[in-house]
Order: sequence, then C-alpha cells, then structure tokens
Amino acid sequence: MVLERMTAHFFKITVQLTFLAALLSSTLHAEQLEISGKITVEQRYFFKDGQYEQQLDNGQSSVVLEPELYWHWNDGIDSITFKPFYRVDNQDDNRQHGDIRELTYVHVADAWELRLGIRKEFWGVTEFQHLVDVINQTDGVEDFDGEDKLGQQMVNLSLVNDWGIVDVFLLPGFRERTFAGEKGRLRFPFVVDKDNVQYESSAGQQHLDLAIRWSHSIGDFDLGTYWFHGTNREPLLTPSIWNEAIVFQQYYNQMDQLGLDVQATLGDWLWKFETIYRTTNAESFAATQGGFEYSFIGIFDTNLDLGLLTEYAWDSRGVVDLKTVEFGKSGSVFQNDLFMGARLAFNDMQSLEVLMGVGTDLDHNASSFLLEASRRFGENFKASLDIRLLQSSDSIAIEYALRNDDHAQFAIEWYF
Amino acid sequence: MMIKKMIFSALTATTLTLLAHVSYALTPDEQKGLDISIEVKQRDIGWQDSSADMLMILRNKQGQESIREIKIKSLEITNDGDKSLTIFNKPRDVKGTAFLSFSHPVEADEQWLFLPALKRVKRISSRNKSGPFMGSEFAFEDLSSFEIEKYSYKYLGEEDVNGLNSFKLEQYPVDENSGYTRRVVWVDKQAYRIQQVDFYDRKDSLLKTLSFTDYKQYLGKYWRADVQQMVNHQNGKSTELKWSNYQFKNGLKESDFNRNSLKRAR
Repeated sequence: MVLERMTAHFFKITVQLTFLAALLSSTLHAEQLEISGKITVEQRYFFKDGQYEQQLDNGQSSVVLEPELYWHWNDGIDSITFKPFYRVDNQDDNRQHGDIRELTYVHVADAWELRLGIRKEFWGVTEFQHLVDVINQTDGVEDFDGEDKLGQQMVNLSLVNDWGIVDVFLLPGFRERTFAGEKGRLRFPFVVDKDNVQYESSAGQQHLDLAIRWSHSIGDFDLGTYWFHGTNREPLLTPSIWNEAIVFQQYYNQMDQLGLDVQATLGDWLWKFETIYRTTNAESFAATQGGFEYSFIGIFDTNLDLGLLTEYAWDSRGVVDLKTVEFGKSGSVFQNDLFMGARLAFNDMQSLEVLMGVGTDLDHNASSFLLEASRRFGENFKASLDIRLLQSSDSIAIEYALRNDDHAQFAIEWYF
Repeated sequence: MMIKKMIFSALTATTLTLLAHVSYALTPDEQKGLDISIEVKQRDIGWQDSSADMLMILRNKQGQESIREIKIKSLEITNDGDKSLTIFNKPRDVKGTAFLSFSHPVEADEQWLFLPALKRVKRISSRNKSGPFMGSEFAFEDLSSFEIEKYSYKYLGEEDVNGLNSFKLEQYPVDENSGYTRRVVWVDKQAYRIQQVDFYDRKDSLLKTLSFTDYKQYLGKYWRADVQQMVNHQNGKSTELKWSNYQFKNGLKESDFNRNSLKRAR
C-alpha cells in the first residue's frame, strides 16, 4: 500500500520532470542552468508513548530531498526556478509526501516584475506567530512550527513606485492543509480526513483568490498592508463518522481579510506589530501579535550577540471550545498568550546559533518550550537540534491534546 | 544625464573642499590628516556603480580554512553613502541569502536581509558595526564605504610601507558603537591608495592589521586592491579577501537596490 503510493508519487514527479526538462532543453542552453539543493536526514524522538491508539511510540526517521534548478537568460531579466520536494518517512503515511515548492517564471523590468507559476510568498515581521502571512497553505505534517508551506499557484505582478511596492496576486487553485496520519504524532485525538473535504464556495478548490498588498520603508519604519479575498487557509474541523471511525472533516469557508504589519528599527530595538481583521459568513474578528527584540552586541567582551524577544498575542474570538462551538465559528490557540525568547549568535566560523523560547497561555493552564540550535560542519554540512516541550492540564488547550508529544528532533543537512 | 552627473560631482568636490576649510580650530596635524583623507575620497568619486566577486578565506590558529563566496554590487550615491547588495553563494547553506544596505555618513544605515528558506525579508539593526562579518576577522564596519564624516583625523608623519613612501595618519571613529578607539592608516603618496590599516580595540591595544596588495587601476582612474589580508594579533586568526571580476559603470540603477531585487538576487 505504502510502496504503491510511493511509486505513484515518484512516477508523477518523474513525468513532470521529464516534461519540464524536454520543454526547457529546447529553448535554453545548459550553461545557463544552476543546480543546487539539499538532502536532509532527520530523526525524531518522542519522550513519552503516544496518547492515542495507533500512534507511533518513540522514534520517527525520515529523509528529505529538495533540489533547486535555476535557469536564466537575457542577462537574468528572464528566469525559471524549479524546486521539487519529497519526504520519505518510516512511520507516518501522511508525512511521506511530495510537493512542488517552486516552479516559477520571472520577468524583470525597471518598474515592474511578473512572477508566474508556483511560489512561496512570505509577509510579516513577528517571530512566534505569523499572523499576516496568508498566501501559502501550511504544510502541517512537516514540522511543529507551521513555517513550512506548500507551493501556491499564482500570477503576481509587482509594481515598484517611489511611494512603495504594490503586489497584485491572482491565486488559482487552492491547496488543502496537510495533517499527521493515524500513526503520526503531534495530532488531535481523531485524524483529519483527507478525502471528504468540503468548501463553502461551489467552485471548491478551483476558486480564484485575490490579494493586493502595498509595502514600503519610510525611515526607521517598514510597513505593509493588504486585502485578501478568497478561501480561508485555516480549515474548520468537525467530528464526523467515516468507515465506522470518528474523524475530523475539513471545511474551508470564504474570507475577506485586511492585514497590517509594521516594524520600527530604532537602534538596538526592533518593535514589531502585526494585526488582521477577518470576515467570514459566520463571524468577524480581529487578532494581533506584537512585541520587541532587543540586541546586546558582543556580550562579555566576546563575539557573542544576545537578542531578547518578547511578544504578546491576542485574538477577539477567544479559544475554541469544542463543547459549545457553533458551526462556522472558529477559535484561536493564541488568544491571550505571552512569548519570551532569547537568541544567541556565536558569530564563529561554523555559525553556531541557539534560540530558546517559552509561550504561556494567560487564560488557561498551558505552556510550551522550544529550543533550536544549529551549526555548520565543514563547508557543506549543517546539523540542527530542536527540542519542543508542551504542558497543559486544561482540556480546552491545544497543548492538552499534545501533552504526550514532547520531542527532540535531530537533523543533518547536506548542501550541494 | 551625463551633464547632471558632472555637476553633481563638481558639487561634491565643492562640499568636500568646504569641509576642509570651514572645519573649526583644527591643529595643523589634524588639518593635514583630514586633507589627506579628503584627497583619498576625492580620487574615488564618479565610478557610478560597480560589481565584483569576493572570495573570503578564513584561517584559524591551526591553519584550518573555511571559504565564503560573495558577490557585491554597489551604487554610488552623490551626497550620501552608497547603496549595496551583497549576495552569498558559499558556504552552501547560506546560498541565496542576500543583504541590502543603504549607508549614510552620519545617520544609521538602513539594512535588510533576505532569508531564502522562508522567503522572508527582514529589516535588521545596523547598530552591530563591531561584530564579525560571517565569522571572519572583518567587522561589518571594516567593509562599509569610507565617508569623511565617519572619523576625525590626525597626521602622524611619513613612513615606507609595501615599498612605497606613505603618509601615516590616525582616524578616530565618531560613532560610539564602533569597536575601535582609532585606526592608523598608511596612504601612499604616489596615488593616495590605502596600503595598510592598524586597528586598536576599545582598550586601545593593537587588535588587527589589514594590508592591501595587488592594486589594479580601472577606467584609468579607480584603484582597487585584488588582495586584502586581515590578521588578528590577539586571537591568531586571519581572513584573506581575494577580489575578481571588477566591473564599473554597468548601468545599475536605484531599482537594482530594492526589496524586489533583494528577493531575486543571484
């Protein structure tokens, strides 16, 4: 079964690659092609056994392949980037998956830029939550931090003006969020059904989403604001019966969202603020993430830099309560939460960096701790260690559902 | 367009000359130190834009090496600091990372970093002048463009360096975030090229020496050293910069130095 799916995946990717290669070799010369990328070997270790039946017990291993092919011509005015991705996972069928992270054609002119194809677009300034970042769907099986994204099909016209950059996006084709499978950890008591997904729009996955964003730097301030109209990237999960088992069914509604992000860079202080206002058929709400980062340069007479981070999250919806929830209404994990962190950069030959953070829910008994450390080995290898601890005694908090999922994740990346 | 540029150059020259003479109550040695530094800057005006490849070789005490491969594009801005785009190619794990800087003689520089894995553009604090660049013996301030307003000056005398008769002068950083109390600079009398710099740390002890060798002249006017060797006397480490593919007047514009160009820099 797994093998069959793997073969099908590989076959699909191979066919796409062959087609692309044939297309490109007819128009381009080999010397304009650059190949790079990375291969990652990753080992996860969960400190406790799974809370739910069928979950894997402790170890989870995987290998990730992520090459990047880049062609350019006309002195770089025209270019194509192709970045496929595939993860092999020894435990979770859902985590074993492939994606095209990027397949983009870019044309650059003096005052505008056209980007066509599958891309990733990031918006925002804060560190502990990426509230305003809305274009790409989260690749939820990848990692706990939600920073991995699925490639999004788009037509993006970027207009450069003296008064800022205006980006217009047409987004055809919606990507559904990925979730851990039955054997996977870091999931709810019920698995999320991948198949019977429902949409508010009759166009379903084919709904054409739109976004327009203005961004600019004025002195010490970096500003961005946007309007997004289309399919909500966050599904509503409702329990339902499938094959005599309880599963979560995904429902994607339509939304309009206004977003604003501001960073003030004042000496050693970075002040960061993000806010959104979202309207769906069932509700309207506002959410905010704001805080600061302060840097100490060269502490203890060494090359060490220390950054201290504090951020606060607020959401007018409050937390999701599955007992009283009405259909269409949603809640937030970060409704009244405080985050504090410290970033240490050693500024040495191997670029050793350590980041530690603590998050606390101020309404419920729930907290999380994270540690991320990385360094280079030689010229082409990088090792990283991530530790995440989650604690809660309040069944309303997401940390409660994940309270057995404390884990350490060790990875070695080879860059080529 | 050409005429406009010439007028601008003339204006800059006037400003520099004014600076030289209006300066209040300088001792003769301070005046001469300033005059030499102005002449160094003066001879390097009008290159418009440049691009070059930089190979950075980091060596530790045991002689182990680590390589950084970097491309730098610069745009000369009249009456302000330069704009520059720094693109990292090696080590491989930082490939695609790019750094955009709008430097200013007196106010804080504006700096942005592009992180390719997240596709994120981050505005960063430019306060960190004294910190090491990419783990090397070069601090950020050692690599930023030379502006007259950044230092005060004192002429020390004449000395031979690299076989060339040179002026020896002291430069005192104005910025309190600088990692140095002073720099001792040797400028050859023949072409006003910087031959050597000694850096003194905050405790005023000798920290590093930077030597410039293999100078080449471009467009019949602008001198650039192919090799820069920085030796740290306190930790025994060194960093060598090897420059290649220097090109001037490529027709780069302001639009080559914005958020969009930062995101696609290669």
